[in-house]
Amino acid sequence: MKKNSLLLEYYISFKKNKSAVFGFYVIFILVIFSIFTPFIAPFDPVIQDLSIRLTPPIFSEGGSWPHLLGTDDFGRDLFSRIVYGSRISIMIGTISVGISLFFGLILGSFAGFYGGSVDAVIMRFVDIILSIPAIMLAILIVAILGPSLYNAMIAIGVVGIPTYARVVRASVLQEKVKEYVVASMVSGSSSARLIFKVILPNCMAPIIVQSTMGFASAILEAAGLSFLSLGAQPPTPEWGAMLASSLRYITIAPWMIAFPGFAIFLTVLGFNLVGDGLMDVLDPKMKD
Amino acid sequence: MLLDVKNLKISFHTDKGVFNAVNGISFNIFAGKTLCLVGESGCGKSVTALSLLRLIDKPGKITDGTILLENKDLVLLSEREMRNVRGKNISMIFQEPMTSLNPSYTIGSQIKEVLRLHKNLKGKDLKDTAINALALVAIPSPKEIMGEYPFKLSGGMRQRVMIAMAMACSPKLLIADEPTTALDVTIQAQVLTLIKKLQSRENTAVLFITHDLGVVSEVADDVAVMYMGEIVENGDIQSIFSNPKHPYTQGLFYSLPSKGITKDKSKLFSISGNVPSIFDLPKGCAFWPRCQYAKSVCKENSPLLKDMGDGHYVSCFKAQGDF
Repeated sequence: MKKNSLLLEYYISFKKNKSAVFGFYVIFILVIFSIFTPFIAPFDPVIQDLSIRLTPPIFSEGGSWPHLLGTDDFGRDLFSRIVYGSRISIMIGTISVGISLFFGLILGSFAGFYGGSVDAVIMRFVDIILSIPAIMLAILIVAILGPSLYNAMIAIGVVGIPTYARVVRASVLQEKVKEYVVASMVSGSSSARLIFKVILPNCMAPIIVQSTMGFASAILEAAGLSFLSLGAQPPTPEWGAMLASSLRYITIAPWMIAFPGFAIFLTVLGFNLVGDGLMDVLDPKMKD
Repeated sequence: MLLDVKNLKISFHTDKGVFNAVNGISFNIFAGKTLCLVGESGCGKSVTALSLLRLIDKPGKITDGTILLENKDLVLLSEREMRNVRGKNISMIFQEPMTSLNPSYTIGSQIKEVLRLHKNLKGKDLKDTAINALALVAIPSPKEIMGEYPFKLSGGMRQRVMIAMAMACSPKLLIADEPTTALDVTIQAQVLTLIKKLQSRENTAVLFITHDLGVVSEVADDVAVMYMGEIVENGDIQSIFSNPKHPYTQGLFYSLPSKGITKDKSKLFSISGNVPSIFDLPKGCAFWPRCQYAKSVCKENSPLLKDMGDGHYVSCFKAQGDF
């Protein structure tokens, strides 16, 4: 009951932020799409029907029901492909953020907690990774592992580790000097318990914000890798891959590039807006 | 004798050089008694307290001396053995009740945590012991408070919770590092009474750190006055309060509003000068630049702590009758 009142407070101040609420609805729809995909998508995303290839969307001339957003160069229903793509996007976000978060938490909290040479070694390593452009590093990792959607997720996850490590380290540094940490040491806690049970739960606010934003950039980076045909391979209905395969038709079938692009844009916007909103709610001091 | 600290030296190794925060101090506390450690900010009180738990932050280090708790030298224990001492044999309460509880956990789970670590209690026993511990520090409706988060509690309540946590495992020694400084006067009195009550119940020894002589007069059995990492005067409360011998102790008493108003009644007495920099300690007695009685001998030699009778120790050439 008492904990709920704090959550209620968060809820109320989050609701005041209109753009964050908009972002929340975008994510909500995305999640609904990815859970109930087979019920929402009217067609199979990979079965081709060349007789109806390049049908324009329903609201323009020559469009026909039931191909809401038209069809692509192989006659696959674009709407269905985008709905299936939302499932892939959610998966990309979850897995790559999961990887970044897991290693970022460990590296960042060890660096922040132990300080000294541990900190120096970890953070210099992190600095080195940060000095390489993210997409280049991702390409390198994919080149080593081979192009596939899963390897792209791993690459994006690894590329994200330094950012998370820094965020975690910064808030661990801030928390570890507080008296409750000393109090816990005084009552006989081990280092592992101090890091994971005492300090980290109090560092959650910036980590949650970073993860939400990270979701957006992971989806964007995966789309980028797929666009370069280093991520999802055809016929997987991944949004970035859909963009890539529609490039040749940009003049005769612009809807093929417009709708997946719009889906990426809306999703990334949604996560970023929610991230901003969460930052205001959870950690007002972090605002610039 | 419960705690016997002998010739404790703590130094910090920094880029600017090595400096000694605590310079060979000795004191002891008997079970059920309270020793007040008095001194101004930066004189080494808190470092001394943390050293008893071996929790001095790097680059600080205990360089010499022994800390005997029931005849076991804590300086020689392994980190693992030391963890078992912390919270069980020695526990501590802090100055800032607002930040000394973990904001992410309920009061109940924080108390239970301590009990689980050291008493191996489980389930209902654990919960009952925790509620009892809260009831002991006179928290109203302890059952409800168990489920509360710290941000809902006032400073005085949080300090009570801290005391409950510190006393939950019946420690032999309680270190109280200015536990009342951040509280207002009425709450201060309640907290002091509470500490005394629990102390006599459990026969706990208390090391009470403060710079408030009013608090000292209420809780202390013995008083040790620290200046620049050294104990300059040490004795039972009557002899120190009725007959302070060291010029620094005398200065502290004169600075109190009730006693120290000077003849023109417009200004409070204050000890002249500043605390010297730790990197640039004066030769001889550390206090001589601020001492109105200082003679040439004070500038050349450091006085040693000497018994002036009845266990009243003082380290001052004048008090020892050398001039």
